[in-house]
Amino acid sequence: MCLAIPGKILSISDQPDNYRSGDVNFSGVIRSVNLAYVPEARENDYVVVHAGFAISVLDQTEAHASLAAFDELKNTLDQIP
Amino acid sequence: MTLENDPACPLPINQYEKIVMAHGSGGRQMQQLIDTLLLTSFDNAVLNEKNDSAVFEIGNSRLAFTTDSYVVNPLFFPGGDIGKLAVCGTLNDLAMSGAHPLYISCGLIIEEGFPIESLQRIVKSMSYHAKNAGVEIVTGDTKVVEHGKGDGLYINTTGIGLLETPLKITPPMIQAGDVILINGDIGRHGIAIMAAREGFTLDSPLKSDCADVSGLVRLLISAGLEIHCMRDLTRGGLATSLVEISASANKHLEIYEQDIEVPDSVRGVCELLGLDPCYVANEGRFVVILPESQAAEAIDLMRSHPLGENTVLIGKIHAATSGMVTMKNRIGTNRIMELLSGAQLPRIC
Amino acid sequence: MKYVDEFRNNEHVALLATAIKNAATRPWTIMEICGGQTHAIMKYGLDQLLPPGITLVHGPGCPVCVTPLVAINKAIAIASLSDVIFCTFGDMLRIPGSEKDLMTVKAEGGDVRTIYSPLEALELARQNPEKQVVFFAVGFETTIPTTAMAVYQAEKLDLKNFRLLVSHVRVPPAMEAILASPENRVQGFLAAGNVCVVMGYREYLPIAQRYRVPIIVTGFEPADILQGILLCVQQLEQGRFVVENQYGRAVKEQGNITAQEMVNRIFKIVTYSWRGLGEIEMSGFKLNPAYADFDAENYFATAHIKTKEHTGCQSGKVLQGILKPSECPSFGTLCTPEYPLGATMVSSEGACAAYFAYRRRQNEQSTISKSV
Repeated sequence: MCLAIPGKILSISDQPDNYRSGDVNFSGVIRSVNLAYVPEARENDYVVVHAGFAISVLDQTEAHASLAAFDELKNTLDQIP
Repeated sequence: MTLENDPACPLPINQYEKIVMAHGSGGRQMQQLIDTLLLTSFDNAVLNEKNDSAVFEIGNSRLAFTTDSYVVNPLFFPGGDIGKLAVCGTLNDLAMSGAHPLYISCGLIIEEGFPIESLQRIVKSMSYHAKNAGVEIVTGDTKVVEHGKGDGLYINTTGIGLLETPLKITPPMIQAGDVILINGDIGRHGIAIMAAREGFTLDSPLKSDCADVSGLVRLLISAGLEIHCMRDLTRGGLATSLVEISASANKHLEIYEQDIEVPDSVRGVCELLGLDPCYVANEGRFVVILPESQAAEAIDLMRSHPLGENTVLIGKIHAATSGMVTMKNRIGTNRIMELLSGAQLPRIC
Repeated sequence: MKYVDEFRNNEHVALLATAIKNAATRPWTIMEICGGQTHAIMKYGLDQLLPPGITLVHGPGCPVCVTPLVAINKAIAIASLSDVIFCTFGDMLRIPGSEKDLMTVKAEGGDVRTIYSPLEALELARQNPEKQVVFFAVGFETTIPTTAMAVYQAEKLDLKNFRLLVSHVRVPPAMEAILASPENRVQGFLAAGNVCVVMGYREYLPIAQRYRVPIIVTGFEPADILQGILLCVQQLEQGRFVVENQYGRAVKEQGNITAQEMVNRIFKIVTYSWRGLGEIEMSGFKLNPAYADFDAENYFATAHIKTKEHTGCQSGKVLQGILKPSECPSFGTLCTPEYPLGATMVSSEGACAAYFAYRRRQNEQSTISKSV
């Protein structure tokens, strides 16, 4: 469980909280996504979307940190005799 | 099997009592229906080759003969319409055996209430694409069914072509060491249709790749290349065609993920819905299997044609004891590609 | 695709695979309980990158494999009614009940629709007031908030024709049931990343401590899964057993509070029976009394539908990691992908189906190398 992919918020509707929705761009596919569970989300944020709902705002700093950690492995592995 | 009638046993249904949608989607159930009912009932050497076209001799000529029925929703889609599909699909099937398409028939099953204006557009489209290919629509049939019984329009086209090459182009001709070429990217038709039907918005609109590739194939045939097999990729996508070829050829087909082009919006829709682009329908793509020594020449030739500009080598043939298709993933691991059970379904898991 | 492709990078994958090889000095058995992770492992062949001593067990992480037979039979019964529009995720369409599947119901004239979001079912209910629209609410904690929102909105709209057939489950009790079994072989877990996006990972802390197993909250791309395995192996080698968050870009320790609040408002937790695992306390969901009208089981007569799970199929043991598919007496003989006995062979992500494909590739490659 469960297929969820990140997409970029293009616009957010002016609707009451539980009906808040936005247009999200997934690599060229634009879908309307319910944003009720990410009240902190803003335009240009990336959100993780499952079954038509955003369930998390993607933490871009953490994402870059993860990728840097992979790169860091190069140095650690090089040091292993 | 004693378990079969046990109501507590979740024995999956292999033998459906009624036809289900899966029987038409190009996957395992359709293969089973064809093998167990149609092939055994009709049983003859030509049919049993299971090629896109039947090839046989009449007098001194070798003819190719094929039929296809077209059921699509929506009838008009970005990049084409059911008429274009019906003509190009049959032209392509004939071309896959190396034949020069000559004549097509056109059978229409029209639902009561279907707008005549739409019918006119579709028929004009068929006429246009046939003329473009230099083929004539020489016979046909028209039926009307009651409202509610026809989905607008169904079309059947049957085609006849002439083999002007002595080559036998069929899976058993495939040799270990051969390579696999494809004339472009995958997934456009299936995703364009789905996007149109489901109302997806794409920031760069996707058109079906529906096209008549018989001209491109003629280039290859005229160049005298030793083509062993060709197959156009329709329902069930690249993977399904390759699995079918591997089964008929008893060879191991290996393809390389990094060489297979997938347009961005196809990828986006597939990622979103959990679909695999390798199983998405195409209507203007085909694979060519030929000796490695001729690959470079074939690629150059194909790239000189508008429908082959993005031709690329995507795989290789290995010896095997039975048919198998594997894909080498971008990360270097291997995956077996199988027939799907029915159509691909969007998933959340 | 941004934030997807970068986690499929070849170089990173190779580095992580090497790091795992270097880290593992002993055999370890690690389970993932997530259909999405199982799918990724199979699609990318990640097990091929692991050293022979690391065994990946595919746990009960997908509704395809764990939805109880009785729920499927109820779904089929309801979907067969003439005034019903039955909505389901695509995953469930071909799962066999005792006599047929939902696809067959469609073939027989039932109005069965595949949807992507529960809100689509809601919309169908609004557009078709003369029909009963029933949504087959399956899935883990990731999906439950989406179902909850559909019920919330239905109640606000005062819809009288929208129902749920609920078969939602939660992961931690299943994990405990597996760990508590005397036959348990699992030594470490990859926790389902998107489940934890919603629920956070606090509920895993006592499990890690009580059973002394490392639990790594893991994402879904190849680099995520390999890093999850690496972190797990490192803990195992060091004799540590804590919860670590590999999927930090999406998961916070407390999870998504807004989503959790909606779930608690709409649902309560109950004991539930999992296919293959049997009854697990506090592992399922039921609509709260205030929303009982939306429960399909209160509207349709389904109480009489009782089904015994078949005892011949061993998929329960496979899902718990107690049995390898190849150790099942029916594997490859009575039970194959063409004629499967249970869900783990039916589902293309099922452990048994995966083993079957793997074995086929191995056989083919060894035949070829023998003839060369």
